[in-house]
This record gives sequence, structure tokens and C-alpha cells, in this order.
Amino acid sequence: MARVSPSDVLRGTPPATPDYGDGGRRGGPARRAGITGIVLACAAIVMLFAALTSAMIVRRGLGGDWQTLTLPGILWVNTGVLLASSFALERARRALRQGRREAFNHLWLAGTVLGFLFLAGQYAAWRQLVAAGVYLATNPSSSFFYLFTVAHALHLAGGLLALIFITVCAWRLRLGPGRRTAVDVSAFYWHFMDGLWIYLLLLFRFWG
Amino acid sequence: MSSPVVHHAVHAAPRGFLRKYIFSTDHKVIGKQYYLLALFSVFVGMLLSVLMRFHMIYPDAKVSWFEKLWPTGAAGGIMTPELYLSLMTMHGTIMVFFVLTTAPQSGFGNYFLPLQIGAEDMAFPVINMLSFWTTFAALVVLLAAFFVPGGAPLSGWTAYPPLSAVGEIAGPGQGTGQTLWILSIALFCGASLMGAINFIATTIDLRAKGMTLMRMPLTCWAWFVTAILSLLGFAVLLAAGILLLLDRVAGTSFFLPAGLVVNDQILNHKGGSPLLWQHLFWFFGHPEVYIAILPGMGLTSTVLSVFARKPIFGYRAMVYAILAIGFLGFLVWGHHMFVSGMNPYTGIAFSVLTMTIGVPSAIKTFNWIGTLWGSRIRFTTPMLFALGFVSLFVTGGISGIFLGQPALDLYLHDTYFVVGHFHMIMGVAAIFGIFAGTYYWFPKMYGRMMNETLGKIHFYLTFIGVYAIFTPMHFVGVAGNPRRYADFKEFEFLGQLMPLHTFMTHAAFFTAAVQLIFLFNFFWSMKKGARAPVNPWEATTLEWTVPSPPPHDNFGGRLPEVYRGAYEYSVPGADKDYLMQNEPVAAAKTQE
Repeated sequence: MARVSPSDVLRGTPPATPDYGDGGRRGGPARRAGITGIVLACAAIVMLFAALTSAMIVRRGLGGDWQTLTLPGILWVNTGVLLASSFALERARRALRQGRREAFNHLWLAGTVLGFLFLAGQYAAWRQLVAAGVYLATNPSSSFFYLFTVAHALHLAGGLLALIFITVCAWRLRLGPGRRTAVDVSAFYWHFMDGLWIYLLLLFRFWG
Repeated sequence: MSSPVVHHAVHAAPRGFLRKYIFSTDHKVIGKQYYLLALFSVFVGMLLSVLMRFHMIYPDAKVSWFEKLWPTGAAGGIMTPELYLSLMTMHGTIMVFFVLTTAPQSGFGNYFLPLQIGAEDMAFPVINMLSFWTTFAALVVLLAAFFVPGGAPLSGWTAYPPLSAVGEIAGPGQGTGQTLWILSIALFCGASLMGAINFIATTIDLRAKGMTLMRMPLTCWAWFVTAILSLLGFAVLLAAGILLLLDRVAGTSFFLPAGLVVNDQILNHKGGSPLLWQHLFWFFGHPEVYIAILPGMGLTSTVLSVFARKPIFGYRAMVYAILAIGFLGFLVWGHHMFVSGMNPYTGIAFSVLTMTIGVPSAIKTFNWIGTLWGSRIRFTTPMLFALGFVSLFVTGGISGIFLGQPALDLYLHDTYFVVGHFHMIMGVAAIFGIFAGTYYWFPKMYGRMMNETLGKIHFYLTFIGVYAIFTPMHFVGVAGNPRRYADFKEFEFLGQLMPLHTFMTHAAFFTAAVQLIFLFNFFWSMKKGARAPVNPWEATTLEWTVPSPPPHDNFGGRLPEVYRGAYEYSVPGADKDYLMQNEPVAAAKTQE
């Protein structure tokens, strides 16, 4: 039975690589399109969060009803967990490049588990706010906080699905060279989610 | 001469009905699905506009089937103002999103981008399929608004708050109907983002050997820039839609100010601003105008060149003009908000930037005229519609220069002048682009020619019809006729304009009826039209090198190699008056 890689799932069946006469340095069109695609997806996400940020800046200056939100302390722990997750994925990629497949499997799994922990930590942060009586409609600052963190968590959950898929492929020994693009693209997206989270944290630390 | 790059056919054609026609990942099937979705939508949208025009001249008419369709909206068979507004909202939403955004970009773009750049398919076929079915779901959700209690929303395709945000209390349709509208638009945003990623990645990464950016047909450039506008614009509309939905269902106050009284009730919101929605909406909304029109511009450029048998005049200038229009399109959203009380200096800045768009637009227009200059035009149906596009683009563009001045816009903004303007340029010009594309590419898509006589009758009657509908709107607008009003009989000063309204309504009935000729020609030709040869128009681009219709993997496992630009017509010394893009240089030299 033909094996299906994540990039196959995203693209349908990939076209064969044409010979560009450069020894394959440019990579096949499937790989290049995969990388272009993820950069474009991140650009769309940047626009979404930029629009929400501009709305937040405008709304903060209106009405005089903005109350500064005290961020739950667990967010800083979550930040550490997310950064550790990205670090594990990078170590995993290095292991894969060096051909240490078992190390890759363990490190990638660790990164995935840390990703789950981050989401659990975010849920704990929302529960803490609710316990303190801060709901979505309590104040515009809390509205934006829930909106931004839930939007980030949903995008991160999408990335987590990709990490799980690769984990399953890896543990079933089905991570051939054709799937390196999926590994790279997932890791890129995950690091982007890190950067986005740090941006949101700073936004609320200094503007929220 | 280097040999063409050999590709093995890795796509086996799917066999089952579902995989072949319904959940297909083939860009050609998806392109046709989008086109047919838009064709269905345009007739629904047109029917709504005919009902609106009817009501304007016969506001007291009792029509029994109105009551059957809308028992509360047309109790006793007489259309209420609320029903009129819901028809207007749905007309605008269906036409802007499901016709003008869908047919030229997602329909023709999906079908012909891979063929024109020499690729076997789009970069992400499965995402392509998801994108279509999400669009389909968005249309179903939107049309469902007609069938929920209260009916369709009243707030127009721009959905300005507070009306769109306060819920059922604001009137029928503002409850479930408006919520469905927002959900539909959110789905459409998701679908458009997936489509945009696909278009950009395909254009960047899947071009055949030799297909440099500056050899791409202008259609591909237009789809590429349109996809960039979609990527940046729809993400912002999605953000705005989420905020609006939260204001409606979660009690937040993003767009709703304090102390708002609706139907004698004080609402429990505070601190928000309806203008915030306008900024977010029009940051998307203005680029959306170019999303609708750019593919038509690209197609017009190609069709004029093919049937004038001349290279497009100023290819590079055309490319830079498309890029400039795309870039400037993001800097002018404020010209939709001159009457919002903005600082006059801000208004002037937006006005100057708006005028600046006139420069690349004029470059395109002059280059189209330059292409036609001294040529021996083949007046085929696609050529007639492309010429019609140029005419409508100029007419609609010139009234845009009036509206781009804050001082004039303050007077004209809420009048029929604006309705005339945007229908000419965004509505009808874009639709003429779609018609030109249909007559031009139908032979490739369905393997048969459309009937030329019916096509020409369709063109001339439609051309006369649309000018008859939309030109008088400018006059009644200058005379102060407000837009969005269901009924003018309460206003004495509008009485003298009613003959013009009567004329416009009859012109609308006539033009709508003429479209049945097109519909007949389209479906009749699909079955009974003359068999189309590979290259019936003697055009140069790659889609005309493959059979009509093309096989599942487009180029039969051998990707083409490209040696020249897309507009090599009337080449001096060549034995025929055009050179295909994949014709090797050596062959051309021997012809010289």
C-alpha cells in the first residue's frame, strides 16, 4: 500500500521533481511550494492579529472604560513550556539531519507533549481569570485578552495536529526522506506560534 | 535546443463519480465548480435586484406570490421596507462575494492558472477542494438566512454597526439572519485565504521551465496580485467578523457605544465605536474592489491582444500597473468614510491617494487603446465583451474621480450617484470580464464552441441594457435621490425623478431577460456546439497547446518548456501571425 506523508495529504499527490540541472539544490516543487505555503499562511495569521491589535489600540483609547488586566502568573510558566517545546523540536530536527532517528523520535515526542502542556496551562490561566470574576464581557481589556489567547490557542492546536501526525509517522518508522518537508514546515509554524505568543504577552504586559 | 522537461503522469484520473465530479482535487473540475456556483449565484442576485427595481416604481403593488414567499415581509402581498432592505443586503452580499470574487479568480483562475504557467495542478489540490466546499457551505449558510424567523438581514453588504450588532431588537432579520450572514462571511474568508495561499504558491513555485515572471500572461499576473490582496484583506475581514459576532452573542462592546437606545430600550453596552468596524471593513473592502476587477483587467489585456493580432502594448507597464493598483488599493479605504466625520486633513490624504490610483488605471486604459491602434480587429464575442469592459471601466472610473473628492462626496455619498458608480465599475465591468472569459475559454473548458450569433446578440443587448440602467442613476443621484430607500413616494421632490426610475426598472427587466440568451447558449453549446479545435482563436498561451478539454494531468506527463512571452502576434518574418509560447527559438529563427 502506498504510504502517505503529511505533505501528500496537503497537496494530494506530489508531482515528480523536474531536473533543473542544479543537482537538486533548489529542492523539488513540492518542497518549495510547501515552504512557500506555510510562509503565506503565517502572513495571513499576521494580518489577522494585526487587525485585532489595531482594534485593541483604538478601543483602548475610546470610552475611558479600559481597566488594566492583571495577567495570571501561570502565563510565564506557559511561555517557558512553549519555548522548551520549540527547543525540543529544533534538537529533534538536528538529530534527524544527523541520522539519529531514535533521538528524533524522543525529542519530537517531547516537543509535542510540551505543546499539550502549554494548551493545558492556557486553560488553567482562563480558569484563574474566571475564578477572579473576569469574564469575556467584563471589560474591553478582558474581551481582547480572551479573544487573542483563544485565537492563538486555536492556531496552535492546528500546529499540534501536525506534530502528532509526524510523531505517529516517526514511531511507526514511516518518516522517509519525502517527509522532511512536513517536519520542517511543522517546526517553522510552531516557532512562528512561539513568536506570536511572545508578541501577545508583551502586548498585554505593556498595553493591556 | 534543450529537450522539454519530462514528467511522468503521477496523477491517475479518478474513476468514481464522487471523486471525479464532486470531491475532485483536479483544478479544472474545481474551477468549473466555482464557475457554476457563481452562475447560480448571479441569477439569484439578479432576481433580487429585479424585485427591488419593481418595488421602487410600484411600491403599493399587491403581488400574491410575494406573500407566499414572505408571509410577514410582504403581508397582503405588499413588500415592506424591511423586506426591501433584506433583498438589498442579500443582493449585495451574493454579488460581491459569490459572483465577483468567485467567478473571475476562483473559477477561471483555478482552471487556467496551472494550464497557463505549465503546471499539472495547483500547489495544494486537497486544500483547493476544501476551499471550494467551504465556499459552497458559506453560500448555503447565507441563503439559509432567507428561511429563518425574521428572514434575511437588513444591514447591507457592509453590515455597519450598530444596526448589525444589536440583534433582533433592531428589526426582523437582525436576529438569526444577521448571525448567519456573519458566519457565512467568516466561512468565505477561510475559503478565500486557502485559495489565496494556493494561487500564490502555485505561481511562485510551479511555473514550467522558461516561464519567467515576465513571460507570464497578464491573466496570471492579475490572479497572482489578486491572491495577494485576498490573503491580506480577508484576514482583516475575518478579524472584524469575529469582533462583530462577539458583540452580538457574547455581550462585548467593540463596536457599540454607551447609552444606545433602540426601540425605547437602553442597551447594556458601553465604550465601543461603530467607526472601528468601518475602518476594519473598508481596509478589506477597498482591496475587494480590485479583487473583483483585476482578473477582468488581465483577461481583457489578453483578449484584446489575441483578437487585435498585436502584442499587448507596454507589457511591462501593464505588470507594474497591476502591482501599483494592488499596492495603492490598501491605502485608500478612508475614501469610503468621508462622511464619517473624519479630520479634513485625513480626508485630503485619502483623496490624494485615491486620485493616484488614476495613474496606473490610465496606463492600463491607454495601453489597451494602444494595442487596438492600427490593428485589424477580429470582432468575436469575447472581443466585444473585452471592448465593453474597457468602455465600462472608463465610464465607472471617471465617476470615481468625482467621488474621490471629499467636498463632492459629502453631497453625493448617500445618493444613487454612488450606486451608479460602483455598479458600472465593480459590477458590470467585472461581469463583462467574466462574460469575455466565458466566451473565450468555453471551447477549452467544454470542448465545444459557443454560438457566435447568440453571443453577439447577447453582447449588444446587454451593453445597451446596462448603460440604460446605470447611466440615469448618476442623474437622479446628482438631483439628490437618496439610496437604500425602499419607497420614494413620501418625498415630493423625488416625484419628478420617477420617470427616470421607471425607465431604469424597465431597462433592468429587459437586461435580465437578455441573460436568458446567454444561459441558453451556455448549456446548449455544452451539448450541441461545434467541436472546438485545440487552438480556435490562434492564441499563443499554453492552454491552447493541449486538447480541448485538456486531459486530467493537463500536459500528458510532459511539462512544456517556454521560450517566449505571451503576446507574440504579427511577428515580422514569421510564416504565421503568432508564435506559441512553447515554440522553440530555433524554429522561430528559421522562419525569419
